[in-house]
Amino acid sequence: MKPGRAYLQKLGGPGLTLMALALLATFPLYASVYSMTLLTDILMFVVLALSWALFSAPTGYISLAPAAFFGVGIYTSAILGRQWPLLLTIALGGAISFCLALLVGALTLRLKGIYFAMFTFGLVELIKHFWLWFEIRFTGTRGRFVAVVDQQTIYFTMLASFVLLLLTTHLIRRSRWGLALRSIGECEEAAAHIGVNVNALKTITFAISAIFMGAAGAIIATRWTYVDPYIAFNPLYSFMAVLMALFGGMGHPYGPVLGAAIFAYLEEVLLTRFPYYYMLIFGVVLIITVLYLPEGLIGLMMRIRRRVVGGPDAPA
Amino acid sequence: MVTTIIEVVITGLLMGGLYALIAVGLSLQYGVARILNISHGEFIMLGGLTTWSLYTALGVNPLLSLAICGPLAFALGFVIHRTLFKRLLDTAASPGVFESNSMLAAFGLMFIIQNVALIAWGSEIRGYSYLTTPVHFLGTLFGANRLLTFGMALLIGLVFYLFLNLTRTGKAIRAAAQDPTTAGLMGVNINHMLALCFGLGAAMAGVGGVLISMCYPVHGVMGLEYTVIAIIVVVLGGLGSIPGSFMGGFILGLVGSIVTFLEPGLALVAYYVIFILLLLIRPTGLLGR
Amino acid sequence: MPLLEGKGVTRYFGGLAAVQHVDFYVDPGEIVGLIGPNGAGKTTLFNLISGALVPQSGTIRLKGENITGLKPHVICHKGIARTFQLVRVFPNMSVLENVLMGVLFGKPDGYDRKQARKDAEKWLDFVGLSAVKDWPARSLTLVNQKRLEVARALATGPELLLLDELMAGLNPTEVAQTMELVCRIREQGITIFMVEHVMKAIMGICDRIMVLHHGEKIAEGTPQEIANNRTVIEVYLGE
Repeated sequence: MKPGRAYLQKLGGPGLTLMALALLATFPLYASVYSMTLLTDILMFVVLALSWALFSAPTGYISLAPAAFFGVGIYTSAILGRQWPLLLTIALGGAISFCLALLVGALTLRLKGIYFAMFTFGLVELIKHFWLWFEIRFTGTRGRFVAVVDQQTIYFTMLASFVLLLLTTHLIRRSRWGLALRSIGECEEAAAHIGVNVNALKTITFAISAIFMGAAGAIIATRWTYVDPYIAFNPLYSFMAVLMALFGGMGHPYGPVLGAAIFAYLEEVLLTRFPYYYMLIFGVVLIITVLYLPEGLIGLMMRIRRRVVGGPDAPA
Repeated sequence: MVTTIIEVVITGLLMGGLYALIAVGLSLQYGVARILNISHGEFIMLGGLTTWSLYTALGVNPLLSLAICGPLAFALGFVIHRTLFKRLLDTAASPGVFESNSMLAAFGLMFIIQNVALIAWGSEIRGYSYLTTPVHFLGTLFGANRLLTFGMALLIGLVFYLFLNLTRTGKAIRAAAQDPTTAGLMGVNINHMLALCFGLGAAMAGVGGVLISMCYPVHGVMGLEYTVIAIIVVVLGGLGSIPGSFMGGFILGLVGSIVTFLEPGLALVAYYVIFILLLLIRPTGLLGR
Repeated sequence: MPLLEGKGVTRYFGGLAAVQHVDFYVDPGEIVGLIGPNGAGKTTLFNLISGALVPQSGTIRLKGENITGLKPHVICHKGIARTFQLVRVFPNMSVLENVLMGVLFGKPDGYDRKQARKDAEKWLDFVGLSAVKDWPARSLTLVNQKRLEVARALATGPELLLLDELMAGLNPTEVAQTMELVCRIREQGITIFMVEHVMKAIMGICDRIMVLHHGEKIAEGTPQEIANNRTVIEVYLGE
């Protein structure tokens, strides 16, 4: 990394982040209920995209499983939300997702990247169909009603899980753990031969990223009042997480945050009125991103800033 | 009892023929062009809905639709490869990067095709009845349309198999699948071959969609389920193997019909369990190298 | 006791024997060469030793300890490092980060960040890449990428270093420099087992040479003995 850029980040990074967080924390004091629920939605997608990027950005393994862990969280809330305190339910949603991801990761992260993608792609469908069958057969219900929590509590718990996730991402990226994850994405074979326990590292990181997806599901379920397997295990949430992270750019933690914020807002504006057009735009942006924006919006912004600020356009 | 068993087995085989046909297309796209085409099911959906429109609005015989939808899907696939995937191929740093990027681009395609179709056809479930006269067969009853689609699936699979093994183009495709670099040196126009393969894969899906619409209702969001099934069949049979795809299709069709008979609602779960076991034990497929 | 010892090591691919009942040993402080025509099983043997592949039969011992079938990272921790036939640097990491990876992960126990950086810089200096330590590894020339791989392997603190065709693709000057590098590595007390096609290099620096052909060991001896061995000459001329 060039010294100039590092300096700029040191100056701008933590200060701006703290300011933004302070703004977010005091938001309910002066904002309308509508904008608070909108922001909760945006934060939910931010958590999904950022936790996806936590594992997939450095390693290059494309996971299409976020919707599975998200759904596990939703059902944890749906089943336990009436008896258990909210925080415990959320923690349990994260914990169950963690265990499921540990199992899935241990089984499939030995496979080549494309097989892993295929596997996770089907995982959501598997859980959905299995759960649908299970519910109808053993509990005699198709869907469930969820204990409702007030908007402000939902907002703050979502914000808290976002802050925790941001912190986790930051700590992992800065540590030798983060370096090892990157080495897996660069050349997994070489990483293994210089002493990195690649399978263990991939599995545990995958599982940690699932905690946040599960937690996000457990929190947001309390606002949906009614869920069934089709609502909870909707593969769209996987695709959203992937697109948002890619579109925002994965070279920096703020990339997925930016991508998720933009798309979550677009969804709010477009989805109810023009659902098909929204999804159409979604597809077009995905293709444009893959074709022309390999480093996403954040990469584009960095490139523009480098050009404006000047200096050699050296590969960093 | 015996009749029930025969019925379950035949139902499975009939379904398996369709599964095989759509899997052959995906297998070709991934086996040769290295594109895990997540939008495969959308071409099936397009074939089905187009056939429905032609039949209900103009009275076009679904068999004739085969000859319309096949070439149309081919052209669409060919052009998509020439514009989108060729660019990805040219810019990718490594084969692994291309596989990831092309899969993501295929996701984009999935959203585009699906929602264009939803805008054009709406989200209603569309069906028509065609050749539903019952046929007696070994003491069981089957719609003539089911038998016809099965026969067509086998026929198309066979023609395609002969095409790959006997014609010059077919041999070039197989050469490109084995070793793109050498095939390129031997004078095979690789970009042309890859686009051809992607187009042929799309054509298989389109034709599969026509056949599916003869027996089952079709709708705008049906694609994903068929994509999942095609992926499972391909992994089951081994990538790039046509006999493998047919074997995989029949196995999956049989498992599906047996499980549906025993415990309706678990068919997809059973498919998936097979898929997991296979990936873990033998990721190259049952007939793979 | 030999540092590394293999007995009856065998690996098939499909029905084809890539390595078949091969016995070998490497004594501490030696430079041992492994030669043979293309497809003789040299790289496969290295993959078996380093844990990338598991042998179907036979045992491999490091200082008497059975290491057969252990995972690559465990074998690295036990003291065997390697380079690759086709260079496998981490292309988008800086040169320093590449070597730092070796220091940080080469041994299972803890580390001190400052000390790790110093160690990495020491190894970069050793292979002569200090000047480009902040460059991304992908921007290096082939010979420098190979040196980087060596530095990264050395940074894991190995007792035995496996070098897979280190000289392939280098020009004569670079080959001479690399030969000198290999000798300096040995002076550090590190034992070397190397696959090589460049005959001048292997004859010049090896204490002992092993010849593989069709997965079997057909000869073993000093460079002088190998150069005069009838079977070896036939194998090479018969190609």
